[in-house]
Amino acid sequence: MKRLLLLYRSIIGKKVIAAVTGAVMMGFLILHVAGNLKAFLPDAAPGVPDIDVYASFLRTMGEPLLPYTTLLWSVRIVLIASLLLHVTCVLQLARRNQRARPVRYREVRHVESTAPARWMLYSGSLLLAFLVIHLLQFTTGTIDAARFVPSGVYGNLYRAFHEWGYVAMYVGATVLLGLHLYHGAWSLFQSLGLDNPDRNRGLRQLAMVVALGLSLSFASVPVAFSLGALGPPPAESPKLALR
Amino acid sequence: MKFRLRIWKQASGDAAGAFSDYEVDGISPETSFLEMIDTLNERLTERGEEAVAFESDCREGICGMCSMVINGQPHGPLPGTTTCQLYMRHFDDGQPITIEPWRSGAFPVLRDLMVDRSAFDRILESGGYVTVHSGPKPEPNANPIDPEVAEESLDAACCIGCGACVAACPNGAAMLFTAAKVSHLGLLPQGQPERWERVQNMVEQMEEEGFGSCRNYAECEAACPKEISIKFIGRLNRDYLRALREPIDRHGPMDSQ
Amino acid sequence: MNLDDRVPEAPIEHMWSTHKEHLRLVGPRTRPHYRVIVVGTGLAGASAAASMAAMGYHVECFCFQDSPRRAHSIAAQGGINAAKDYRNDGDSVHRLFYDTQKGGDYRSREANVWRLAELSASIIDQAVAQGVPFAREYGGLLANRSFGGVLVERTFYCRGETGQQLLLGACSALAQQIHDGNVKMHTRTELLDVVIVDGRARGIVVRDLVTGEIRSHAAEAVVLATGGYSNVYYLSTNAKGCNVTATWRAHKRGAGFANPCYNQIHPTCIPVSSEHQAKLTLMSESLRNDGRIWVPRNEGETRSPGEIPEQDRYYYLEERYPRFGNLVPRDVASRNAKNVCDDGLGVGPSRLGVYLDFRDAISDHGHEVIGARYENLFAMYERITGESPWKTPMRIYPAPHYTMGGLWVDYNLMTTLPGLFAVGEANFSDHGANRLGASSMMQCLADGYFIIPITIGDYLSRHPYGDIDTSHAAFADAEREARGRIERLLAIDGSTTVESLHRELGRLMWDHCGIARSEDGLREALARIPELRDRFWNDLRIVGGAAGINQSLEHAGRLADFLEFAELMCRDALQRDESCGCHFREEHQTEEGEALRDDVNFSHVTVWEHTGENVEPKMHEEPLSFEALPLAQRNYKT
Repeated sequence: MKRLLLLYRSIIGKKVIAAVTGAVMMGFLILHVAGNLKAFLPDAAPGVPDIDVYASFLRTMGEPLLPYTTLLWSVRIVLIASLLLHVTCVLQLARRNQRARPVRYREVRHVESTAPARWMLYSGSLLLAFLVIHLLQFTTGTIDAARFVPSGVYGNLYRAFHEWGYVAMYVGATVLLGLHLYHGAWSLFQSLGLDNPDRNRGLRQLAMVVALGLSLSFASVPVAFSLGALGPPPAESPKLALR
Repeated sequence: MKFRLRIWKQASGDAAGAFSDYEVDGISPETSFLEMIDTLNERLTERGEEAVAFESDCREGICGMCSMVINGQPHGPLPGTTTCQLYMRHFDDGQPITIEPWRSGAFPVLRDLMVDRSAFDRILESGGYVTVHSGPKPEPNANPIDPEVAEESLDAACCIGCGACVAACPNGAAMLFTAAKVSHLGLLPQGQPERWERVQNMVEQMEEEGFGSCRNYAECEAACPKEISIKFIGRLNRDYLRALREPIDRHGPMDSQ
Repeated sequence: MNLDDRVPEAPIEHMWSTHKEHLRLVGPRTRPHYRVIVVGTGLAGASAAASMAAMGYHVECFCFQDSPRRAHSIAAQGGINAAKDYRNDGDSVHRLFYDTQKGGDYRSREANVWRLAELSASIIDQAVAQGVPFAREYGGLLANRSFGGVLVERTFYCRGETGQQLLLGACSALAQQIHDGNVKMHTRTELLDVVIVDGRARGIVVRDLVTGEIRSHAAEAVVLATGGYSNVYYLSTNAKGCNVTATWRAHKRGAGFANPCYNQIHPTCIPVSSEHQAKLTLMSESLRNDGRIWVPRNEGETRSPGEIPEQDRYYYLEERYPRFGNLVPRDVASRNAKNVCDDGLGVGPSRLGVYLDFRDAISDHGHEVIGARYENLFAMYERITGESPWKTPMRIYPAPHYTMGGLWVDYNLMTTLPGLFAVGEANFSDHGANRLGASSMMQCLADGYFIIPITIGDYLSRHPYGDIDTSHAAFADAEREARGRIERLLAIDGSTTVESLHRELGRLMWDHCGIARSEDGLREALARIPELRDRFWNDLRIVGGAAGINQSLEHAGRLADFLEFAELMCRDALQRDESCGCHFREEHQTEEGEALRDDVNFSHVTVWEHTGENVEPKMHEEPLSFEALPLAQRNYKT
């Protein structure tokens, strides 16, 4: 415990925490997008979109060993904790970094750093704001509550992504995510001390693949809806039971 | 050649600073950057104006004294070069040149382009050594060292402690310096007994000095006149994490006498 | 002046051990009460301060740089000698002694040179234990290379950064002692004077280079490790800050100055290229291992070096010295370079340069092998000159580099001023009239790690501790004098800059007291130095005040001392009416232009005693004996 505290207190430790929590969230996003892509699958049963089945599975997984939504909440708790730690550590470091250069240069020429790396704080802050909207929209249904159908994921998506504003926001968010991960997915290896010159090129490419892959996959759903590639939800979709 | 210079002037640490504009002409392309400023200073003195204070000593790129941010880049535009090894043939005739001191909270400005880099010394003092007294030592060839290891250690050990890494880092971090010092000894068999303690103490001191944190921009590597790789930062992180697994406070402050 | 060398009565190979056995010691519990001041943090100063602090002495350490690890030892490139005989090529303590003594042209004290050779191996052991990453062979054992003036391979190295690595090693030991409170480190602090109480050195007066404050520090002994005085030439390979002030001030307070005219001109430096040049850059002597030195055979050659055919190339060192070839000692190499340039064969825009060519080495050994040896040196050369040694030969010319002269010290490294010790380049002891490559670091570290920590105890044990502090009147007097000097400098308010006066002094010294000296030249210099000094004190312009950072004021203080010292140097060169090592008097040469010694009249150390301002100094002699190695004419030809 004392050592964890030491880790949390040190600036290298904070980077490590940011790296590990970032990795956890990145792992989650990979699963998330795998789920999203189910929107492209044909209905699981007549009138039942595959993605709705998957959404229902997320709640029931673990049953009967664990009560309803236990596993889902466990995952959510891990994610919330990760997010909080990630944001806290990064903000603390950002404040420190600001103090480390009280007088700014009149002229700065960057040589090696990439723009996405320098924009991490901005992309991260915007992603955080997006996350709040995203949860209010598709998890709690607070936004646009009148049309929100709990567990009718496909329908909710269809309705949302026929409004260009939402499409733009979601595509924008995927671009931000890509930029954030382009640096983050490589940087976490360096922060954890797992990088070395032999692996460097590979890790850079891996980061590129992860960033681009996640971005494109996430963007594909809203784009497909807005272009009409994905049809309307079954008119009389038999609602999956919602406990 | 002729140059338009915009140089940071600050009378002392607590005085306010500002940029001053100067012009120097009649500079041959074979003049070094610092000789160009020497020339400016001589002319200023002849006119009764205060010279620009800047640091330099060896003027062959090894003492690490020179410290100028030239047109937004520590040590100027050439990779792997200290300011003192920069020549005016690397600049265009008539080019405006902005010269600023290292900007870091941990390196307060003393005067004009001179900063106080004693924070680096305190990092070294906190652990950048192998505890050995002077006197008879074992035969060194009794302990062979893989030449690759010795070379890698030297890659880190060649750090001249100029502080360009801090100056270049958008976060003002001293990770490359600390990493170089930790890795130099950490790679060698002689550095093993104190390895974990060293990395903890040096990182702790680095934090105490108020340096920023690493965001893996790699600007430090690009600015380093000795081209020290950020792989050593990865190594520092690894060693630091490993050190946390070691028993804490294994022994108290050691009596070095 | 007491010139008792305190060399013990014993066969030379047992001298140091015998001496150690008879030295008085200070016990470990008493040592912390003794205060020792160390000025300078190069290899000698840092190693001395760290070693003495680790033994328990209370050390106060001073340097004018912002960090101890920036001292100019850091720029030593090539390597450090040690009689380890790892190469099995017949090396031994005796051979290192022989090479050093012969290289120094038999003008050093045998006992000191033997001790240096004897301690050389321990230095490598010490450095390796500190974590100095010396070059290794494939099997992991220490690698060696050869160096000028010797026929064995005994030089240990870290690429071209040996000095840096050794200094970082010494400074790491120093850092630990600072951290543990055994050394109080004062950076950005310059010595202005040595304080004498009852005929003993008891402290120093310093100026804080940041605040401008003048203050004193008291101690039971003072160790000067303040390096050499090559900057008397303005253009030298020394760092800009290197100066003679500490040793000169000590001299004026009573320490004898020995052999000031012995100064080494390094053969492989980058030639001067611009009028504003502030410094010369040395290229490691190790380059002579593979590079071939030549000039065009014909005067007025206009072809580029690559177009000059073999028969028109004059490999003058190989032709004149078939046995040693390009690896002749530094003085011989420098003088020959000057000769061929004087004959109009020089190359480059100034015609003051010779070629150092790697064409044959590259074709014999391949790009890779040569790159592994010299990559960083080639890169450095290209950065400075804009020319690549891979494609076109380097151009080199000699430049002032190292000064063998310095404060006279006895076998304990104590000057004629009791309580004042001098180590490293600041003393005169081990290199005679010419220093061999890769032996300066050896001497600095032998002095600092192994000699001074022991010999200083002998002195300290004979004196009480803590009997005076800086409230003693002598400190107030010295401080007043130091302040007065600064006020005088600031009050001149003339029109000439320090830089230009220093440049003028440098040119004068280079022309008349440089690679070759003559009576007429030296007399002219002796006449012109006082004129220059007058101009300095009447027409100098310093902008700014005494408080705070004032770099022109710092420089002016140093130049003021150089202007006094230069005169002593010329005086010494004039009285030494012979040629030996680096001191080449044109009147004394063999038919082939080699240095011709006069052993009957000059096999002694000249020691100068200061007798007052504007009064001729008094000359003393320490006779040299040659028991372990009989005198012989140096011969690098056959």
